[in-house]
Amino acid sequence: MTVATWLLRRLVASVAIIVAVITFVFILVHLAPGKPCLGQDEIVDPAVCARVSTQLGLDRPIAEQYRRYLVALAHGDFGYSYSLRRPVRDALIETIPFTLQLAGAALLLDFLLGLSLGIYQARRANRLPDIILGNLTLFVYSLPTFWLALLLLLLFGEKLAWFPVGGPSDPIFCPVVDSFYCIADRLWHLSLPATTLGLVGAAGTARFQRAAMLAVASQDYIRTARAKGVPERRVVLRHQLRNALLSSITRFGLALPFLLTGAVLIETIFAWPGMGRLAFEAILTRDYLLVTATALIASTLVVTGSLVADLLVGVADPRLRVRAAREPDIVTA
Amino acid sequence: MTTPPAPNGAVLLRVRDLKTYFVTEQGKGTARAVDDVSFDLYAGETLGIVGESGCGKTVTSLSILRLIPEPPGHILPGSLIEFDGNNLLALPLPQLRAVRGNQIAMIFQEPMTSLNPVFTVGDQIAEAAIIHQHLSRGAARARAIEMLRLVGIPDPDERVDHYPHQLSGGMRQRVMIAMALVCHPKVLIADEPTTALDVTIQAQILELLDRLQRELGMAVLLITHDLGVVAGHADRVVVMYAGRVVETAPTDALFARPMHPYTEGLLAAVPRIDAPRSRLHAIPGQVPAATAWPTGCRFHPRCPYAWEKCAAQEPPLLETGVAGHTARCWLVTEPERRQAKR
Amino acid sequence: MTLGTWLALALAVVLAAECVRALRQRGLRQERWRRFFRHRTTSWGLGILVFLALVAVAAPLIAPFDPNRQLDIVYLKNHPPSWTFLLGTDVLSRDVWSRAVYGARVSLGIGALGALMAVSLGTLVGAIAGYYQRWVDAVLMRGVDVGLALPRIFILLMAVALWDGLPFAALVIAIGLTSWFGTSRLVRAEVMSLREQDFVVAARALGAQTGRIIFRHVLPNAAAPIIVSAALGVGNVLLLEASLSFLGIGIKPPDPTWGNMIADNAPSIYTAPWSTVVPGLAISLVVMSLNAVADGVQDALDPREREPA
Repeated sequence: MTVATWLLRRLVASVAIIVAVITFVFILVHLAPGKPCLGQDEIVDPAVCARVSTQLGLDRPIAEQYRRYLVALAHGDFGYSYSLRRPVRDALIETIPFTLQLAGAALLLDFLLGLSLGIYQARRANRLPDIILGNLTLFVYSLPTFWLALLLLLLFGEKLAWFPVGGPSDPIFCPVVDSFYCIADRLWHLSLPATTLGLVGAAGTARFQRAAMLAVASQDYIRTARAKGVPERRVVLRHQLRNALLSSITRFGLALPFLLTGAVLIETIFAWPGMGRLAFEAILTRDYLLVTATALIASTLVVTGSLVADLLVGVADPRLRVRAAREPDIVTA
Repeated sequence: MTTPPAPNGAVLLRVRDLKTYFVTEQGKGTARAVDDVSFDLYAGETLGIVGESGCGKTVTSLSILRLIPEPPGHILPGSLIEFDGNNLLALPLPQLRAVRGNQIAMIFQEPMTSLNPVFTVGDQIAEAAIIHQHLSRGAARARAIEMLRLVGIPDPDERVDHYPHQLSGGMRQRVMIAMALVCHPKVLIADEPTTALDVTIQAQILELLDRLQRELGMAVLLITHDLGVVAGHADRVVVMYAGRVVETAPTDALFARPMHPYTEGLLAAVPRIDAPRSRLHAIPGQVPAATAWPTGCRFHPRCPYAWEKCAAQEPPLLETGVAGHTARCWLVTEPERRQAKR
Repeated sequence: MTLGTWLALALAVVLAAECVRALRQRGLRQERWRRFFRHRTTSWGLGILVFLALVAVAAPLIAPFDPNRQLDIVYLKNHPPSWTFLLGTDVLSRDVWSRAVYGARVSLGIGALGALMAVSLGTLVGAIAGYYQRWVDAVLMRGVDVGLALPRIFILLMAVALWDGLPFAALVIAIGLTSWFGTSRLVRAEVMSLREQDFVVAARALGAQTGRIIFRHVLPNAAAPIIVSAALGVGNVLLLEASLSFLGIGIKPPDPTWGNMIADNAPSIYTAPWSTVVPGLAISLVVMSLNAVADGVQDALDPREREPA
């Protein structure tokens, strides 16, 4: 099948998946006990609560609520967040960039550091540098991200005071990022949270890439390249790497959504105003519409990431170009 | 089929006392895969190296270009591989790489896994030209097309941009050959080039190799377990068993009068279409493990003629009286023992 | 720490070491076990896991104090490690060591049970999809696609936050139900390739029933990804539970889990780091050991993955 056909099929499937996710979340949210106004700390007059419920259409049958929601979505209307007292769409537009900045920076660190380490380790396989790095990556990979965040915060934020302890930017001088100084300030604030996510990710990437490089190293065509007299550097960086990267590309495409889940904790600890924190608080306050909207965005990212991963692999691996793309392998339980 | 060459051509490659050992895990001992192998390769000839799996022929061929993975394998000092006045085993790596693919080239058994799946065949052929002859990319690509034509691939201008998985097994092997010959090497090492191919394709590939050898004037080291291949395409034959050379002879002499019982056994095991049907003859026993070669003559446990001397003392390569025909067997000095079959 | 608890602890250490040694001895005969124990980290990982499992099981014997007992809120708050309080006390003057030991029960328990559920479900679905193929496969895999697209932590947050006071069992089930999708993909791929092999065709020719074929013939050969999934799965579930507890919606205090210990003591991390470092290290240690063991299993069962010697 052609690329266009494949793409079309995947897009249709992706939309179907997203709709299924919305439905599932919708049902879950409405099944749970507790009404919006009986959330965390507010004590609300039942009459007010009833009025709000009617306003939000929560007393209608679920099926009807669902239909109305889908229709509104089709018009780009995500609804009104009662806990934030503003349209959901505005809240999302405000927070998504922050999450993307965090995830983007973390991804960059993850793959740059991770791939380099993995390649280096494979070159020195089973010798001392590899053994040391191997154990180190194993350790970092096993750290709970929130714990690492606390430790980094303690060390670099408090004790050494090299980095700020939270927030996205200097509240006084840079409420908006409108100058070089403010960009630098944003990066400075981004450092600790992105490093936390990125380090743990890099450890995983390094382990994975090392294994991939070694698997390729034992292949016959590497021996052929050497037999041709290709210099060792070129053998590794051109022949080995091109093949070993194929599996890492899939990981790359799927990394973004995984970062999202990690972001919830990091955003909470570092007071980073991203979508993860927004979703968490929305859940606690039973803000249905906000919850559903964030789930929608999250699942869209997952599906898009998977699509992008498959596209990239299809481009990079000539064996896949003429056939329909395979499904990527996901290596988690 | 081929006339035995008078070795009047120069010696291109001289292998002396080659020993390649492998360390096995769990201390099962050292596998002495190649244990003191010596032979000469003359210009313009095809030398066949024949033997069962496990006899060390592939390891020998890999050792020539030092393609043995260093742990767990290592080539022992004292081994000599002389080419063009240099000991290849002592050559510093950059110079060795100048020899690889350039003066001595190698093709392998499995063409599918031996070609890089993510590069076009044109790229892979051109790479050797770019590295050794410093051609520009355009010139190298033109060379690649030329080579593809030389090895008999139809529509080379199109095929040059194809990937290995788009080609059939026979074509892939032709690509391998093109890749190896693009720099006009003096020596081509062919490690079981046809084993993974269909019989009809086998014949084509071997004919191709013959033709190219004549046209390019190179020497070919043909490694195979198939006696039929050797009979049809080799000028001289080296028979290996248990890491050693057990017989060397011009092809006709070997087939007419094999001196070593192992060679006898190999020939007898080939089923013949023109002989009366009888039970297939097999050499009794199995090839011993490379970590524990038998004492004395390594073949003696399986030999129909063996006597006490064979178990006690390993014979050296003895001249048989026929030019260029040597055998590692006491029967050469005591031919009367040949009558008494066990 | 009393003499009795010291003895119990020492016993656990010795037992774990002996266990690993015995396995190594027995295993030396078989190629697979030899490969499994080839790297030292695997043996250590296995030993640590056995040790922690023993500690968790024998918690009442090893922990000197009641984990929830606030010993002396005035004088013993945030007490640094000493001979009495092996790992110090926390912000509410509870013995950190005892809490860690009891926390092991909860955390490891949830980890093991959650992973067990996830892997079982994933294997079942994957095997059925891989074996029957066609529309069964299509339907099941669409479901898995949806499952993979679900932001897991959101779903869990919702499930746990929306029902206040979720019991332990419900948490395990919720985690199990949301963690099986990846495994099912792996198992499906493996089953699909095994299905075409001769031994399966032979079994079918002999008239064996499908269920029997799947369970007795196909799955044992698919053991590698399943076991590796399981080992990694326990680690993932553990981290997940810790994250949830840290956010305050997993296991609620005062019952200790490693996650909520970190949460409780995070404010005093600057002045009394031990009360957060210990549970964090514990989690890291377990996940590390699980990864090491998973590496070993991969090495042992899947020769294709082996590095060149």
